Parts: sequence; C-alpha cells; structure tokens
Amino acid sequence: MVLEEENAPIIRVTGLLNRFGPQVVHEGLDLEVRKGEVLGVVGGSGTGKSVLLRTIIGLNRPAAGKIEVFGQELARLEPADRQALERRWGVLFQNGALFSSLTVAENVEAPMREHADLPAALMDELAGLKIAMVGLPHEACAKFPSELSGGMRKRAGLARALALDPEIVFLDEPTAGLDPVGAADFDLLIRELSDTLGLTVFMVTHDLDSLYAICDRVAVLAERRVLAVAPIAELEEHPHPWLQSYFHGPRARAARKARQ
Amino acid sequence: MVISEVATISTASAKGNQPTDTTWLAQGQGGVLHLKGDWTVAHARRIDSLIRQVRIEPGSLRQLDLGGITGFDTTGAWLLLRLADRLSVALPEAMIAAPHGVSALVQRVSAARAEPAEPSRGGNPFVVILARLGNATLEAGREAGAMLGFMGATVAAAMGALRRPGRLRLTATVHHMERAGLNALPIVGLISFLVGVVLAFQGAAQLQRFGAEIFVVNLIGVSVLREIGILLTAIVVAGRSGSSYAAQLGSMKVNEEVDALRALGLDPVQVLVLPRVLALFLMMGPLALFADLMGLIGGGLMASVALDIPPTLYVDRLTNAVSLWTLLVGLAKAPVFGALIGLVGCYAGLQTGGSADSLGRQTTIAVVQAIFIVIVVDAIFSIFFNIVGV
Ligand SMILES: Nc1ncnc2c1ncn2[C@@H]1O[C@H](COP(=O)(O)OP(=O)(O)OP(=O)(O)O)[C@@H](O)[C@H]1O
Ligand SMILES: [Mg+2]
Repeated sequence: MVLEEENAPIIRVTGLLNRFGPQVVHEGLDLEVRKGEVLGVVGGSGTGKSVLLRTIIGLNRPAAGKIEVFGQELARLEPADRQALERRWGVLFQNGALFSSLTVAENVEAPMREHADLPAALMDELAGLKIAMVGLPHEACAKFPSELSGGMRKRAGLARALALDPEIVFLDEPTAGLDPVGAADFDLLIRELSDTLGLTVFMVTHDLDSLYAICDRVAVLAERRVLAVAPIAELEEHPHPWLQSYFHGPRARAARKARQ
Repeated sequence: MVISEVATISTASAKGNQPTDTTWLAQGQGGVLHLKGDWTVAHARRIDSLIRQVRIEPGSLRQLDLGGITGFDTTGAWLLLRLADRLSVALPEAMIAAPHGVSALVQRVSAARAEPAEPSRGGNPFVVILARLGNATLEAGREAGAMLGFMGATVAAAMGALRRPGRLRLTATVHHMERAGLNALPIVGLISFLVGVVLAFQGAAQLQRFGAEIFVVNLIGVSVLREIGILLTAIVVAGRSGSSYAAQLGSMKVNEEVDALRALGLDPVQVLVLPRVLALFLMMGPLALFADLMGLIGGGLMASVALDIPPTLYVDRLTNAVSLWTLLVGLAKAPVFGALIGLVGCYAGLQTGGSADSLGRQTTIAVVQAIFIVIVVDAIFSIFFNIVGV
C-alpha cells in the first residue's frame, strides 16, 4: 500500500488491435483501469478476455495499440526496467499454472526468491502466511499441485500472485470451479485486500455474484472492443442485447436478488 | 531501553533507486516506539534484522506509533506482528495513529497467522540412509511386480485382439510402425554402417599381426549378424521410440487423458499400449535385418579400401563364414527386444506422477531400463543358444 491519491489510471489501453491469423480478436479497444479499483471484465466465451489480460501483462504482442501500466509502456522498456515493473503485479492464470515440480509453499516462494532479497526463514513464514490468507489449510504447504483439488489450485495460484504484495493483481476467472461458499470467501478476500492494501484488481469473471459483490466497475467485452465500463447498476440499464440478456437472464436475477 | 542504537540505521528507500536515509524504528518519549518509512517487502530483510536486534526491558514499552509509516503491505504487517511479539505488546490495541487500512490489514494478517512450517529433515544419518536403502529395495521389488503385471495385461490384451481382430487399433498400429520403424531406417543404417567400418579396421589391425587379415570377414560376419546389428538397433529404438512413448503416455497421464479413456470405458492398454508394443514387435525384425546389411556393407567397404580384399572375395568368404542360422539367431531376438522396449517405455509413461519433473524422470527411466533389460535378455539368449548349440 502506497498511501497516496487514488482514481488515477494505473492501466491505460488505447487502440488495441489483436489478431490471430485471419481472426481479429480486438480492434480499437480502449480501456482504463483506475488505481485501487476492482474492475470486473465480462464477455461471452471467446471474446478475448484472456487475450486482453495476456496482452496487458506483455505475454501477447499486439498488432497495434498502446498499453501503459504505471504510466510506462511495457513494450518499450529495457529488460531490467521491464522486470522491475513486472514484480509490481501478480497474475492468477485461468488454470492456476502452478509449477508442477514445486510444492505449494515453494510455488509461493518462487517469486520472492527471484525478485526479493529475503532471508530464508522469513520467506517460509511469509509463504505460510499467504497460504493461510487465501484459505488453504496448513497441510497444503507441503503438497504438490497434482495433489490438490481444482479449487485449492486456484487458491494456491492466488497466494503465488500475492507473494510480493503487488500493486495490481490480474485474475483470470478466479472463482470458476470453486464451491459457492469458497467462491464467496474468495470474493471477500479480494475485496478486503483491495480495501486494505489499496490493491488494484483486474478480474476476468463469469461469476455474476462476484460482479455484484466486489466490483467497483465492470468492463464489457463484445464486438472486439470494450462496449461499456461502468458500475454494475448502470450496466443493467444498457440497451445492448447481449448485456440485456446477461443481466436479465435467470441467473442474473437470482444473483441480484441475493444482493438485496 | 536500548532501542536507540537501532534508530540510526538507514538504507535505500523503496520508491527510487537512489539511496536516501530512511529509518524504520525510533525510540520516543514515554514508552512509545515510532515506526517510520516503507514497511514493505522491498525492505523486509532490513526490517527483519532490525527487529531481531531490538532489546528492551519487558513492560517498558506500551505503544507503537504508526503515524510515520509511508508504505505498508502484508509483509509489513507480518513484521509488525513479529515486532509486537518481541516487545510483548498486544496488537491492535498498542497501535496509535495508524494510517487508513493499516489496522484492518494487521487484523487480517494476524487472523491468518499460521505456525511456520517446521522443517522435517534431520534424524540420525545412519538410520536415514538405512531407511532409504530399505525403501528403495522394497520399491524395486514392488516395481518389478507391477511391471510383470503390466506385461501380463498387455499380453492378455494382445490375446484378446487375436481372438477378435476387430478390436485391434489397426490405424494406430500402422502409424506407429511407420514412425518407429520406417523413420528409423536412416539412423539405424548409418550407425550400423559406421560400426561395420570401425570393426573391419580395428579387427584387421589385430589380425594382421598373425597374417590372418582375411579372417576379418569372419569377424565382421559373425559379430554383426549375431550381436551387433540387433543390439545397435535395439539401442537406437530405445532412444528414439521408447523415450517418445514414455513422454507421450506421460503427458497424457498428466492431462488426465488416460483417466478420460478409462471413464469412456476404453482400456488404455488396448488403446495406447498395444499398438505401440505391437508396432515395435513387428518392425524390430526388418530394422535389424537392415542394420545387418548395412553393417556388412560397411565392413566390406573398409575391407576393400584398406585391406585390399575385393568385394567378390569378401562375399565368398562371408558365405563360408556364416550360415543362414547365424542370421536367424540374430533376428530371432528382434521381436522380443522390440516388445520389451515398447513395454518398458509405455509402462514408464503410465507411471508418471503429476509433475513436469516426474515426466522427465520417467522418460529417462524408459531409455535406461530398456537398454539394460535388452542387454540382460541378450545375455540370456546367448546362454540359451550355447546350450542348444547354434
Ligand atoms: N494462441 C492463440 N492462437 C490462436 N487463436 C487464439 C489464441 N489464443 C486465443 N485465441 C482466440 O482468441 C479468441 C479469444 O480467446 P480468449 O482465450 O481470450 O477467450 P476468453 O474471452 O478468455 O474466453 P473464456 O471466457 O472461454 O475464457 C478465441 O476465439 C480464441 O480462439
Ligand atoms: Mg479465458
């Protein structure tokens, strides 16, 4: 937590063009993420939410467009500066992407080992803390990813993403595959971290409950661009047909009722 | 209180790379300790060591003033809790002037605070080694049993396919025959040819001393046909196909594809293992025959170039030195070796655990075990052929 002003854009994407062969995934996509907010990203399957996330963190090279994170353009940085920037964010991939030959604790320690100069004992303690914070039992520390359930793998992935106390976390469908109670806990944890750490959260999700529970704003991906970015209450009134069926389908009604 | 010595320690600040003086702890009046600067992961090492140096008389300190903190994260919260432990003050009561969010975070971290994992190593080294030896022995026995069971299952699947040929995955088998057999011809041929050349040259150098260089033809003929052709083929196939079978089945295992097959009511042995083992069983003979041929050609070439034994004489001597039996004795081993290599490779692949590490290990095991088993079985064959007198 750096105790300073909020609401300044921390991520700014302008005129993004992404293409795989003949398939254009994004075209003229603009998006701003404000410092300290929890931004939900929604859209149908295959609309390019994961690709957008990967592009912002520099895993995918866009065909055109500009991406600034912390006011710096990743593509133009020297490798050393780029690394310094990369350690200021954490990523939870859609399938966890834990290192299969390391235990959960070692997975969480991996970014600390690479990027932070910490004594080994403190590293063990911090890894244990992060693992406990994401709601994993203490026994999970010594387990290998293949010995975990799908939901536990997600949690371990989050613990690794939070290892270095990043300023931004990118989450790709964090609650998919979690039980409803676990998913609600997860939501709460993310909200709490965002409130207490001033963490900025970029969260791809299909989970309407998460959207209602924790997102400050929601960005809707459709027609190869960001259709709208607004608090969820405003999006409900949006005339676009996909949004209409999204927010007025049976699942949305249930989620909204649960909120009230 | 002896905290004052701590207060003067300074180091680089988090934000820029240029060093500025920052202190994290300073003694104040009336039992107040002032915390300052960035309590973040970037400074954790320094803060950690500062905390370890703090020594005070118990009870002389009552409050922690967090007003000077400029940056804070979970690592900072953890360290703060540690400091509080050391000073034996209770959090969050002892905190004053905590910036927005800090006390919430401290509470959150303190709730999640788990006992640090204690390392489980140690014990009497002699006992540890003994235990490891015992475990390895048991493991080896279990492994051998499981391997035998796997062979049995494959043979049973093969028998089933014999009875009902419709069950055999013909397309897959032919595909593997092409990949493991046909595509291996160049490398098997080349290696065999070169070994033939070397054998002729080295053999001749020794036999020349007795004026018996013509017998180099016998040497080449017998050794290539009986042993070298088939052994070289087996080693190349183990390296090429055995390892690739282990890697294929291993990554399928990691992706739960093998479980998916089972869940679909399909037998992985029937679908995955049998076509591969059968392909090697069938292709090993032709490959070995090709290796024999190339070995003899290599030897013949060297004989004519370096030893002035013309090709016609070479062929003549060769037909005298070896019989059809020599060739058949070599080739008889081929299907056995092929099946063994396939079995070991597939078995190693299916034994893969969930990690990338384990996949690598199993691939190595597939090759090393296959070559080892082939050589052991080759020795058994030699003894057997010796007894029956061929
Ligand atoms: N490496 C790639 N090569 C080719 N096409 C790709 C690649 N990665 C993504 N795509 C295509 O880009 C489109 C967007 O994919 P993406 O993974 O971003 O979808 P998504 O919005 O995350 O969907 P989901 O909600 O199902 O995760 C898809 O049509 C996909 O086929
Ligand atoms: Mg996706």
